[in-house]
Amino acid sequence: MPTIKQLAANEAKEKRFRGGHSLCSGCGIPIVVRTVLNSIETPVVVVNATGCLEVATTRFPNTAWNVPWLHVAFENAAAAASGVESAYRALVKRGKLPADEPVTFVVFGGDGGTYDIGLQSLSGALERGHQFLYVCYDNEAYMNTGIQRSSATPFGASTTTSPEGKISFGKAQQRKDLTAIAEAHHVNYVGQSAISHWHDLSDKVKRAVEVDGPAFINVLSTCQLGWRHEPREAVKVAQLAVDTLFWPLYEVVKGRFRLTHIPEEIVPIETWLRMQGRFKHLFKEENAGALEVIQQQIFDEWERLKERDRNDRAHFAPLQKDQTFTTEFEMV
Amino acid sequence: MKTKPTEAERIEMLRRAKLLTGAEGAAHAMRQINPDVFPVYPITPQTPIIQTFSKFVADGEASTEIINVESEHSAMSAAIGAATAGGRTMTATASQGLALMIENIYIAASMRLPIVLAIGNRALSGPINIHCDHSDSMLARDSGVIQFFVENAQEAYDFMIMSVPLAENHDVLLPVLVGQDGFTITHTAEPILLEEDEDVQNFVGEYEIPYPLLNLQKPTTQGPFDMPDYYFEHKRQQQAAMDAVPDAFDTVANHYAALTGRRYDAIEEYRLEDAERAIVVMGSSAGTMKEVVDDLREQGEAVGLLKVRMFRPFPTKKVREALGHVQKVAVLDRAMSFGSKGPLYMEVAEALFGAGPSMQNYVFGLGGRDLFPADIRQVFENLKNPEEMREMQYIGIRE
Amino acid sequence: MNELKKYHEIPIGGTVITKDVVQPKTGGWRMGEKPMVNLDKCVNCLICWLDCPDTAVLAEGTDFFGFEYDYCKGCALCAEVCPTDAIVMVPDDQEVPEYGRMLNGGPHEN
Repeated sequence: MPTIKQLAANEAKEKRFRGGHSLCSGCGIPIVVRTVLNSIETPVVVVNATGCLEVATTRFPNTAWNVPWLHVAFENAAAAASGVESAYRALVKRGKLPADEPVTFVVFGGDGGTYDIGLQSLSGALERGHQFLYVCYDNEAYMNTGIQRSSATPFGASTTTSPEGKISFGKAQQRKDLTAIAEAHHVNYVGQSAISHWHDLSDKVKRAVEVDGPAFINVLSTCQLGWRHEPREAVKVAQLAVDTLFWPLYEVVKGRFRLTHIPEEIVPIETWLRMQGRFKHLFKEENAGALEVIQQQIFDEWERLKERDRNDRAHFAPLQKDQTFTTEFEMV
Repeated sequence: MKTKPTEAERIEMLRRAKLLTGAEGAAHAMRQINPDVFPVYPITPQTPIIQTFSKFVADGEASTEIINVESEHSAMSAAIGAATAGGRTMTATASQGLALMIENIYIAASMRLPIVLAIGNRALSGPINIHCDHSDSMLARDSGVIQFFVENAQEAYDFMIMSVPLAENHDVLLPVLVGQDGFTITHTAEPILLEEDEDVQNFVGEYEIPYPLLNLQKPTTQGPFDMPDYYFEHKRQQQAAMDAVPDAFDTVANHYAALTGRRYDAIEEYRLEDAERAIVVMGSSAGTMKEVVDDLREQGEAVGLLKVRMFRPFPTKKVREALGHVQKVAVLDRAMSFGSKGPLYMEVAEALFGAGPSMQNYVFGLGGRDLFPADIRQVFENLKNPEEMREMQYIGIRE
Repeated sequence: MNELKKYHEIPIGGTVITKDVVQPKTGGWRMGEKPMVNLDKCVNCLICWLDCPDTAVLAEGTDFFGFEYDYCKGCALCAEVCPTDAIVMVPDDQEVPEYGRMLNGGPHEN
């Protein structure tokens, strides 16, 4: 089980992501980045898709990154990482880089750069089996360009391109299940985590970087501007996304599924929605139907995941008492 | 001044040559260069390049990491990743593939990555057409890459090799596109002289870039975000790199000539010295034109040909020197810039600004339309009275 | 603010050489409040350290230390996630001990 002290010890040893960037006050993304980078013991090389993280951390001539970092464009972070990783293998093969000093390749992309425009290059890279970890920081819309709807935007959310209005209750479509799409590539590790559960995320990262071939982790991040909550509530709102079952935490290891966190008390989705301005309109009388739809869909999905969890649970080493996650990698 | 080889030279050359298509020639160059990484994605008429090279790797004749990407966009993205990482990287594309990767072509140039691309020049959709013209390469005209158009399979082979040390020259550090005409060169077998593998490997040397990403001891941030306070400076740097190309290319061409006996220039002047009328062209059509020039010369007509090999950076000074004394010049473009003149014409006109020749612009060969010797004779004939011509002529079109 | 360089004075290709960089300060973003910590309540859990969107929460090795106001954007996330309410937000113009460290109701030195 990872501890926060281990993360701190790693950061004390090497501060991989520095401050002084221009990510917003109360932004959830740095929590993803620091938890991921501080959970990896080997040197890392980072590839970043265009988006908030990239723009806000690398304004020339400055950089927040104290590790090798590459950005090419919006839709191609996974493809660019394929190139870096292939060059690494070529240079090791030809004796130009040491074979006994492993490097971990990590890609960060937002939901726009991953669910939407970057899905093809991610799919290609997952299918080819490059050795890398792709981390999607999912804040559920194109926040960098000013809160436009993406395929990660939840049903009913008001964004600048799916605004609520006299005849609209916000986004009319369901969000895409990207984690399931990644899983369909039959890679050895896929996980879903959230910034409120750093131990869960850290644990998943440690497991993901150990598997053979690509790994994918979808992390729910938050955006106070786009979600319209108080900056100080960034972690709380993510916590509620998990506790309402809106964002279940799970992993799929070599095709076997398990929930990595089961909330002690399941909170009605309304509580989470009420915290965020983007859902405010759902509480108008005429939108009551939409609220019911949202709650029902969450419960249906949870039942489906619980069934998968029951079916596959025997393949994992049993959890210890009061432990909802584990670093034990052995599968039974 | 280039003249045709003697019969004895020709026979000796054929004795040593291999019969290969331009695509195979490019693939052999790549095998001998043996790059670290090669993203591949098929598209006609470039596909035989990546197929031939993939087979070389499958047979252990090259030890390159091939990446079977899912699109040309990803091919160029992976190439950028690999070249930035510190690996010598090549790829190949054509037409819609180049169109799809064009975003990344600009980025590769701005990141100063010496990636060498083989292009099988092909028309752009729509309508979709798999045959040759230069429209695809013209998409990259303003991207910041070095661009060559070759005449035949031998040049296709030679320029793939020369492009590596040119791209990697530390005053340059730019991508290079070597365009060979689709089908006419890519799929047509010709005798090619191949150099020894070892000689090519020594010629291209080791890949070294100033800031390899995989230098873990000296971390770098590559591909950052520019505001107006630095973007312009980065663009100015790219022009400085282009300005370094002519000298760098001369050095490379001299070394290559010392190795092979084949000395290439950014342009090729063919019987221009006392020419009164001349055609300017790029690509495989130059071969046909040389035949026509020879025929007309035999009939006592003072005609010549200027073949442009290097389109970016455009050899403005050389073109002006080569054509300054010619009275009438026809520029034959195998691409259009709708609403203006042909892209090659615009360059030549700029080079000759104030120098005096009357100029004509022709468009020919779009989507693989044939160009016949009679068409070329007609161009030379028309040049006798350029003032009677309309501004833009189309060769071989029904109108 | 870095002095603006000429085109031939910067590395080519947009490269940033990490070791040359001094990151700009972001403390000027604060909108009226800053955090302060009562060390007598702090249980050294470091959750504030990990959740800080910038790098305003200082750790000394693996222990909580205090606040670096030059990199505090004032979001109050640290105060929100603090399990013992050791972190409180105070007006930005209030005088606080160095690194915002309080002990027994007074400034904590060293």
